[in-house]
Amino acid sequence: MEQHVFDRLMRDDKLPHMWCRGCGNGIVLQSIIRAIDRTGIDQDKAVIVSGVGCSSRANNYTDFCGLHTTHGRPIAFATGVKMANPELQVIVVTGDGDSTSIGGNHFIQAARRNIDLTVVVFNNSNYGMTGGQYSPTTPVGAFTRTSVYGNIEPAFDVCRLAEGSGATYVARSTTYHVQSLIKYIASGITHKGFSVIDAMCDCPTLFGRINGLGDGAKMIAAWPEKTVSIEKAGTLSADELEEKVIIGEFVNSSRRSEYTEKYARIIEEAQRERADLK
Amino acid sequence: MEKTAYAPEYRVLTGNEAVTLGALAAGMNFFAGYPITPATEIAELASELLPKYGGKYMQMEDELASMAAVIGASFAGSKAMTATSGPGCSLMQENLSYGMLAEVPCVLIDVMRQGPCQGVATMPAQGDIMQSRWGTHGDHPIIVTAPSSVEELYRETARAFNMAEKYRTPVMVLSDAAMAHMSEKIRIPAAEELCITNRKKPDVPKDRNYKPYEADETDIPPMASFGDGYRWFVSGIIHDETGFPATADYEKIAEKLTRIERKIDWNIKEIESYEEYRTDDAEIIIVAIGIVSRVAKGAIDKARKEGVKAGLFRPITLWPFPDEALQKQAAKAKKIITAEMNDGQLSRIVKELDGTDGKIEKVTRNDGALMTADMIYDRIMEVK
Repeated sequence: MEQHVFDRLMRDDKLPHMWCRGCGNGIVLQSIIRAIDRTGIDQDKAVIVSGVGCSSRANNYTDFCGLHTTHGRPIAFATGVKMANPELQVIVVTGDGDSTSIGGNHFIQAARRNIDLTVVVFNNSNYGMTGGQYSPTTPVGAFTRTSVYGNIEPAFDVCRLAEGSGATYVARSTTYHVQSLIKYIASGITHKGFSVIDAMCDCPTLFGRINGLGDGAKMIAAWPEKTVSIEKAGTLSADELEEKVIIGEFVNSSRRSEYTEKYARIIEEAQRERADLK
Repeated sequence: MEKTAYAPEYRVLTGNEAVTLGALAAGMNFFAGYPITPATEIAELASELLPKYGGKYMQMEDELASMAAVIGASFAGSKAMTATSGPGCSLMQENLSYGMLAEVPCVLIDVMRQGPCQGVATMPAQGDIMQSRWGTHGDHPIIVTAPSSVEELYRETARAFNMAEKYRTPVMVLSDAAMAHMSEKIRIPAAEELCITNRKKPDVPKDRNYKPYEADETDIPPMASFGDGYRWFVSGIIHDETGFPATADYEKIAEKLTRIERKIDWNIKEIESYEEYRTDDAEIIIVAIGIVSRVAKGAIDKARKEGVKAGLFRPITLWPFPDEALQKQAAKAKKIITAEMNDGQLSRIVKELDGTDGKIEKVTRNDGALMTADMIYDRIMEVK
């Protein structure tokens, strides 16, 4: 009998996971596993890099090389890994705070370079690990432990941020739209260049409870109402799009070349020109 | 990568050039950094030379990312280095502490400049003696060396790579703004003189039995590279021998922290290096590192002409500090004068040593100018 994809690609000895009941991270993790399976990449040639936060524990449970780094820095560590050995398939699992707040600069600079990393942002709109404080993706007006009067900071749109910074594959899906989430992550892995998948997920224990959004199942079930496809979004006015989350593929471009490929050409050229320094 | 094939036996180099060439000779094949005075020329030369020898140069967005990329590259099997100055070194402390705990071979060059903060970017100082030891949070071992000439910068940078690889740990080299830009004729050692060392690789089967932090009797765990067939996990969280977090087990936490200290302690005699100059009969011992040790020799020679028996003790490895050797000198000395370009960091280290009680005098300078031989000479004559 064929081994189940989870048995092949996950470390069952590390389960159960540390996430709360109803947390969306598990759905994003299994989407990553299914996406990896779909792309057929070599299990020994893939590295999953993470930062710090709830989502960054995801690579504890996967049977690949795993690099659990410092808060905000996984993309910078991953850049070193990929640059040192471009044969490796490097996937970054990170959260909204990890990637767009403390790690915001690394996120935009790696996108600008178009280095071949696949970044999956587990976007649950708050800092879960520390008990639910507002993050750069917390919606205006939302309550968190540090915005008890309602959040006054406008939220980053992770996809627009990635697009504006030069990422060449950008997509967003949710824990409800799992099939497209898997598809986008798989496309991001196959894509040669910097890929960002904004995976909208749910933190019922902290963000959900304080905002009266119900349990995990209820939060997942709310996504169809909250989201609109990128195709449909094109036909709607700014007012109609207010408070809607746009899902779909934002960018899928092969116009710009990938960073490590460009550097490989520098090496070729430099070696051709090499002369003794004498 | 080819080693010193491009290097003739003698060359005139600046300190910064010597660092890059010494690193290349030791096998550096990855550099990530961020421009900063007075260290920038190390990166410039690395950016030009590395691709010629198949290596990689990356200019990162800041020093946080530079240290992160260096560690990432090391996990992928590279011999990786970064170079910075005091302010950048402060930013690197975060991931340097990752390197300590996750036991990552890599080299950090700190070309010290006058501080704190921006200070005086173009002027030398020795203000990072304590930062190099205690800049990170938490306790950890560190190896720091403090060369005093262009030739020694070359050799110590190469040795830093060897120690990083052998002991599976980050190693720092302290240069300064004066040595960085000063030119000296140096002898380029032959490759075999540098005793190039490579990290120990695991020899267990490529299955789940490879434990990235399972040490043998040397306390230094063999290290695989990402992509070579082992599937392993590393974390900046305190971990057990499997690399996975072990935060609920006091014994495992203590075991990890003790082992990383012990792997350095056990090898202290091999790591430690120092120079003694005219100390045989010395009654006054000058303790100085780096560029200050050079002018100290001038002061000692002058004092000896006046019949004052002075000598120099120069730690080359600053951390671990060569305690015992200095204590031997301290025991027979009447006075110990610490001479340094900061407000007294070295002096504090010496004060902690047995046998130095009541003997310590200081000469300090922290205005960005070089210490002069006369400053040290005058102090010798005052305390003799």
